[in-house]
Amino acid sequence: MTDHAAIAPSEARTLRSYIYDPKIRAIFFQILTLVIVVGVGWSIFDNTVANLARSGTASGYQFLKGRAGFDIGASLIDYSSDSTYGRAILVGFLNTILVAFFGIITATTIGFIIGIGRLSKNWLIAKLCTVYVEVFRNIPVLLIIFFWYKGVLSSLPQVRDSVKLPLGMVLNNRGLAFPRPVWGDAAWVIPIALLVAIVATFFVARWAKRRQMRTGKQFHTIWTAIGLIVGLPVLVFLAAGAPLTFDFPIAGRFNLSGGSVIAPEFVALYLALSFYTASFIAETIRAGIRAVAKGQSEAAAALGLQPSTTTRLVVVPQAMRVIIPPLTSQYLNLTKNSSLGIAVGFPELVATGGTTMNQTGQAIEVVSIWLAVYLSISITTSLFMNWFNSKMALVER
Amino acid sequence: MKKTLLSAAIGAAVLGFASAASAATLDTVKSKGFVQCVVNTGLAGFAAPDASGNWSGFDVDYCKAVAAAIFNDATKTKYTPTTSQTRFTALQSGEGDVLFRNTTWTINRDTALGFNFRTVNYYDGQGFMVPKSLNVKSALELSGAAVCVQSGTTTELNLADFFKANKLEYKPVVYEKLPEVNQAYQEGRCDVYTTDQSGLYSLRLSLSNPDEHIILPEIISKEPLGPAVRQGDDQWFDIISWTHYALVQAEEFGITKANVDDIRKSSTNPDVRRFLGVEKDTKIGTDLGLTNDWAYNIIKAVGNYGEVFERNIGQNTPLKIQRGLNALWTKGGLQYAPPVR
Repeated sequence: MTDHAAIAPSEARTLRSYIYDPKIRAIFFQILTLVIVVGVGWSIFDNTVANLARSGTASGYQFLKGRAGFDIGASLIDYSSDSTYGRAILVGFLNTILVAFFGIITATTIGFIIGIGRLSKNWLIAKLCTVYVEVFRNIPVLLIIFFWYKGVLSSLPQVRDSVKLPLGMVLNNRGLAFPRPVWGDAAWVIPIALLVAIVATFFVARWAKRRQMRTGKQFHTIWTAIGLIVGLPVLVFLAAGAPLTFDFPIAGRFNLSGGSVIAPEFVALYLALSFYTASFIAETIRAGIRAVAKGQSEAAAALGLQPSTTTRLVVVPQAMRVIIPPLTSQYLNLTKNSSLGIAVGFPELVATGGTTMNQTGQAIEVVSIWLAVYLSISITTSLFMNWFNSKMALVER
Repeated sequence: MKKTLLSAAIGAAVLGFASAASAATLDTVKSKGFVQCVVNTGLAGFAAPDASGNWSGFDVDYCKAVAAAIFNDATKTKYTPTTSQTRFTALQSGEGDVLFRNTTWTINRDTALGFNFRTVNYYDGQGFMVPKSLNVKSALELSGAAVCVQSGTTTELNLADFFKANKLEYKPVVYEKLPEVNQAYQEGRCDVYTTDQSGLYSLRLSLSNPDEHIILPEIISKEPLGPAVRQGDDQWFDIISWTHYALVQAEEFGITKANVDDIRKSSTNPDVRRFLGVEKDTKIGTDLGLTNDWAYNIIKAVGNYGEVFERNIGQNTPLKIQRGLNALWTKGGLQYAPPVR
């Protein structure tokens, strides 16, 4: 009897102690989570397979080789209705990249100006920048896109009342037409000259920095760089006999023909994304600069550095490590928001993919392509920014 | 297998959690108590909601006819508004039971997309609309024009084919939604608006100055518009098809919403009596999975084909569309119903 009495409580204790053991609990909840995740995943998979079989749609990626049959308004590469669905999606992808690339550059520029402006001691500039941020940050980006698009469409003149601008450019509500450069045979030397100039500039800059470190003598790299990068290609261009003619836009019966056109759809999307994202970037920049302790600039001043040098060499490098990670998120947001271009008829990835999906009925395949492409763009951007971040991070000793 | 796994996993997001069991559509509809129709987001005369959210139009009347056939109550309908791009996915994924959305019947949609088409409730063709001020008399003069078109339609494909076949240049301006296409055309973003002619008549009305636009004489394609259902449910397919045939047959018999009760009481014609479900021992309705007075219920609710046509898009409506190809076969048109026996 006594034996039993002695064992029973100890067994009960061990059971209770298992329940209250934090390690065992942690393992239990991890297993539970895993079971739920796998269970949900399995049910999604199972459901889809069943639904696919039921709906009787053909699946696979062979449809990408089929003839698309539809035309696309704006394309960076050769495309016609005879091209394949795969190429149509590629056209959309390049348009996405195009608007994201220019959008990121413009958004960063505006963002930097506004962000620094908000910190300005000038009351008017600071308030104007605050108003900018508050307005653009608090309006959905789709509305900004519509605003620009309707604004562009309704305020610009009709095609038959086109405005002639200098340099042979023509502006109407179908876009800005400008002369298209047609390069001659010898033109291939010009990009080579540009490349040579950039490499030379790089070496000059390295030499100048080393010399300054060694002797303290300053060298105005910037002027040399401008001279090289602008001057050398121009010289080569003239030496090659100026192999360049222009294809001017001319008014046809309905439209302008010839030249190149920047379509209002692109402009609306590009401006909207730039202005919208710039408001977030401005706040990121302001936060980054604020994060640098005041003592840093005071110390720099005590060492006798000028205010501009202080900003460039002391404040900005330290601010950058706060700025870059959230800046990456903003770049990713801008790229993803470019999919809203479908609302104004800009043929980006979602638009051309959507048409393909509609013509072929391959919803799952097209959506998987969308996911894969956006994921790749985002991961590439993020890898690049991580690399940039590690370059800019303070070296701690 | 890996590819299937990936696309299947991703596909779940598209197809949603639609029930995996493939219950008969009719049973599902009966148990939920309404018919869910996939319709246009708004095309005057065909399917458009009014200010208080009540849908009306040619396609909407078809949806009501199906509800009347099943429930003897034309109000038991719900609508899923879709763009031309989302309509097929909506039907495939089970978001709707039937697609009544001025959709062209093509072999691709009938086979690869997994749908079934049988009836054509509106014979249409693609046309062009231009402002009168351009002085265009024929579509062959349109070389170099900017053309507004809705994406994901047969219209978009016919447009490309027409200009290619005639060796003309054009600049496509493509939008996903109709209101955006209208707006762009009105703002002068493009010179030409192209879609099915029925659509052009409807859209011209929504412009601020309808009289300043003309519809060119060329019809560049065949656009047989009709309802579509998912493959694999023959009973449901039959119900949708025969709803259309009942409307056409009623017009051929001269049965209207107003006189259907009288005819049902007094007719001695066995064809008519069988059609209206009053002939003894008829099994036509029950064989369809419905009641024997299904055709009577349809006519009582929406009238015959001619009435549906005239009420929504005919001469006394702002659209003023002629019957044309859509007249009965007895009157030189193409609308024809197989015998109800």
